[in-house]
Amino acid sequence: MKLVTAIIKPFTLDDVKAALEQVGVLGMTVSEVQGYGRQKGHTEVYRGAEYSVDFVPKVKLEVLVDDALGDKVVEAVVEAARTGKIGDGKVWVTPVETVVRVRTGERGTDAL
Amino acid sequence: MLANSGDTAWVLASAALVMLMTPGLAFFYGGMVRSKSVLNMLMLNFIALAVITILWMLFGFSLSFGNDVGGGLLGNLDWAGLTNGVGKLAGFGTDDAPWPGGDALPVLAFVMFQLMFAVITPALISGAIADRAKFWAWVVFLVLWATIVYFPVAHWVFSFDGFIGPNSSGGWIANDLKALDFAGGTAVHINAGAAALALAIVLGRRKGWPREIHRPHNVPFVLLGASLLWFGWYGFNAGSALGAGDLAGVAFTNTTIATAAAVLGWLITEQLKYGKPTTLGAASGAVAGLVAVTPACGYVDMWGALFIGLIAGAVCALAVSLKFKLGLDDSLDVVGVHLVGGLVGTLLIGFFSKVSVNTASVGSDGLFYGGGLTQLGRQAVAAGAVLLYSFVVTLIIGFLIKFTIGFRVSEEAEVVGIDEAEHKETAYDFGGIGGGGSAEGLKPAATKAATAESLERSKA
Repeated sequence: MKLVTAIIKPFTLDDVKAALEQVGVLGMTVSEVQGYGRQKGHTEVYRGAEYSVDFVPKVKLEVLVDDALGDKVVEAVVEAARTGKIGDGKVWVTPVETVVRVRTGERGTDAL
Repeated sequence: MLANSGDTAWVLASAALVMLMTPGLAFFYGGMVRSKSVLNMLMLNFIALAVITILWMLFGFSLSFGNDVGGGLLGNLDWAGLTNGVGKLAGFGTDDAPWPGGDALPVLAFVMFQLMFAVITPALISGAIADRAKFWAWVVFLVLWATIVYFPVAHWVFSFDGFIGPNSSGGWIANDLKALDFAGGTAVHINAGAAALALAIVLGRRKGWPREIHRPHNVPFVLLGASLLWFGWYGFNAGSALGAGDLAGVAFTNTTIATAAAVLGWLITEQLKYGKPTTLGAASGAVAGLVAVTPACGYVDMWGALFIGLIAGAVCALAVSLKFKLGLDDSLDVVGVHLVGGLVGTLLIGFFSKVSVNTASVGSDGLFYGGGLTQLGRQAVAAGAVLLYSFVVTLIIGFLIKFTIGFRVSEEAEVVGIDEAEHKETAYDFGGIGGGGSAEGLKPAATKAATAESLERSKA
């Protein structure tokens, strides 16, 4: 099993979610996060004083998938989240040892 | 002589309008501070309504408007307690110069109208010391400052000979110097602005300033507050005509024109300097225009108002950056907006004053209308006198408080947030873990009735 984690621009979330449903993903976890990569933050001006916002709002998306689905999920996220401009985000995949469904106690791929 | 019911109604309505300015100011300032100190900012302003009202009843009105004790410096205590005012009328004039209205106002209507000026003036100062002043130290400051600075200065500027009683005598700026200040460019704005400068020096910079500047936590509050100020300011300015007639119409019109022009003046300056017109700039421009037109609105024509507004908007937009050069943490730009705006308006009267606008004017025509430098000179003396008196005395009061009961909260309280430290409250309950979700267990919950005693000890 794999954990696919993606940091994306917040406004692309709806498209990413739709794309993931297309490839058969049944559930996901999203959280609002802040951070920066190469684009850095931005500056705002209040009565002539510059205020730099270092951390930009992003959405972090986490999906647990079967090994076979991993590449397809990554591709779907990348395609849906891409605007071509700096700050589009990152996607990474990590191996997962085990997964348990809390309600039934099922383990492994049965719990996905 | 009878009270004129129309005039009385307008002055009472104006008093209520000006009352709304103080909560309006609270939101104007409150939106500009961080979310961890907004309640304290609101409280510094709101408490002025309570404290100054009681002082006004006890002796404030009397010191400001009582018959002069000598030299045009201070009123006597004839009206202390205000009970003397029941059934009395104001607006007599002197034998030489009768009150132009012919009719009179109930003294108590005038007392309430002027009270609201006394409330908002010290409240204005609070913007200079945002995020770091002890609440009760501020209350002590309010009492001392109103008594030693505002009441005398209001007497100098607002107390006209013969107004409060037949042949009574008033303050030196209004009657001897004959400087023009229709609604308080000197007594309110230069006064509060100079005091703000002094208090910013006394309290010192906030932790981290200017390395890190703080983003306003709620810009919509700022615009809402500015709008309430604009609304209430019609009472402030048009109400200062003390009658429901032509002069009130002139002041109302000039107030509107100058404010509109100042919004544009500030935004155009921002666009040229920073490339974007900001919401905070629009709100600040409106206040700068209102400040500058305050002394002028009953003495200039509409062209005068237009230029005063434009100039005030542009000048104040540039002036707010000065604090970084001076290294002075005037947190919410009381100096840049009120002191500078007040000076702009007070001095420009020397250029734009037109006696034909206001037949009761004791001044002369301004430089642009053939009056020469006479009026400009008077304006400069009035502005300088109020600025100097307010700055020096505020510095003394401020240091007195600082070295006795202390004026500033601890560094830890400042970092944690002054709302929690000084008031045991938090303005907002949203965001964070469990906020609005189902994880109720993670939220702080009300577990007991708030008493100073512990719950154990109150069991018996």
